[in-house]
Amino acid sequence: MDPKALGYLAAGIGAALTVIGAGIGIGKLAAAAMEASGRQPEVAGQVRTSMIIAAALIEGATFFALAICIVLAFK
Amino acid sequence: MTVVSFSGQSEIGAATADTLKAIGSAYAAAEQGGADFSKLLHHVQDAHELESPFGVIELPHFEPFRIAGLTIDMSITKHVVFLWIAAVILCLVAVIVSRKNRRRPVPKGFGTLFEMVVLFIRDEVVVANMGKAGLRYVSYILTTFFFILIMNLLGLVPYGASATGNVSVTAGLAIIAFVMIQVSAIRAQGLGHYFAHLTGGVHWSLWVIMVPIEILGLFTKPFALCMRLFANMLGGHIVLISLIGLIFVFKSYFIAVAPVGFAVGINFLEIFVAVLQAYIFVMLTALFMGLGIQAGHDSHEAADGHPS
Repeated sequence: MDPKALGYLAAGIGAALTVIGAGIGIGKLAAAAMEASGRQPEVAGQVRTSMIIAAALIEGATFFALAICIVLAFK
Repeated sequence: MTVVSFSGQSEIGAATADTLKAIGSAYAAAEQGGADFSKLLHHVQDAHELESPFGVIELPHFEPFRIAGLTIDMSITKHVVFLWIAAVILCLVAVIVSRKNRRRPVPKGFGTLFEMVVLFIRDEVVVANMGKAGLRYVSYILTTFFFILIMNLLGLVPYGASATGNVSVTAGLAIIAFVMIQVSAIRAQGLGHYFAHLTGGVHWSLWVIMVPIEILGLFTKPFALCMRLFANMLGGHIVLISLIGLIFVFKSYFIAVAPVGFAVGINFLEIFVAVLQAYIFVMLTALFMGLGIQAGHDSHEAADGHPS
């Protein structure tokens, strides 16, 4: 196959796998946060803050992979 | 789609021929549109000209010069201009708001919003992570937060570009964060303890392996800060331009309803992401500085022999 076509294909598949990983990770995180808020509504504010921080960290790892996909697609 | 009727082969043949022609012309339009779309992509990248409502402004273009094996290009590009604009906005806003509210115990007007944010960062980010010793670093944390916030938000106005969508800008911010993390750790722990922590408290025969890994670990955290901010901002702009580029790919005005609708939604998400990423950058910097300061406190307590 044309190497450029392989690059585009790899970028697309890479982006899809990245989003699967991020979705699973943040989904589990949100589930745990909801359960914790349900058990103890007083700490819902702190749980929400920690949830956003953890989500941003997970997304940071996601965006590493996404940056590599962008480089693949545009080279 | 054309209607296929059962009243004869010639009509079915004509219908399929029409369908194939429609698909073919769509492919042809998409191919031409694809070429137009890749010409659109320069909007997301750094460029040597600035777009304004008055036309395209050409920016000064200096030749790259070589110093010590590095090629340095000092031309003023679009992102550099927006860096300066963000800096000017931040200086003006901060100075004007602080001058107006200098003698009042409770601020008035825009100062209330500013005070809300400043107090939030001072109490929830700096003091919560670094303790009382963190108050000397509050000005750095606040400057970084507002600078990144203004740069991110400038990318969302028409004719604007976010300078944080350039990896060099976020790398510069991450380098300064790295320096500040080490400075706070050295100030709290003292130079000797700082290097002792780099060895990780293992037997001296393992130092050869331990020290390079620890030094590498020092660099990964600011690198993650840099990549997180850069990719968040660049990714948002790429999604927006892909949506609007659909209009160019299909070369029709009727398709414009769907991309513009999605683009409005994504713009709202982008505003949230702009504020959130500035907050995350600053909070992680404060967290890492707090780790260094706490390591200093623990080792001082152990040396003094009594808990505080």
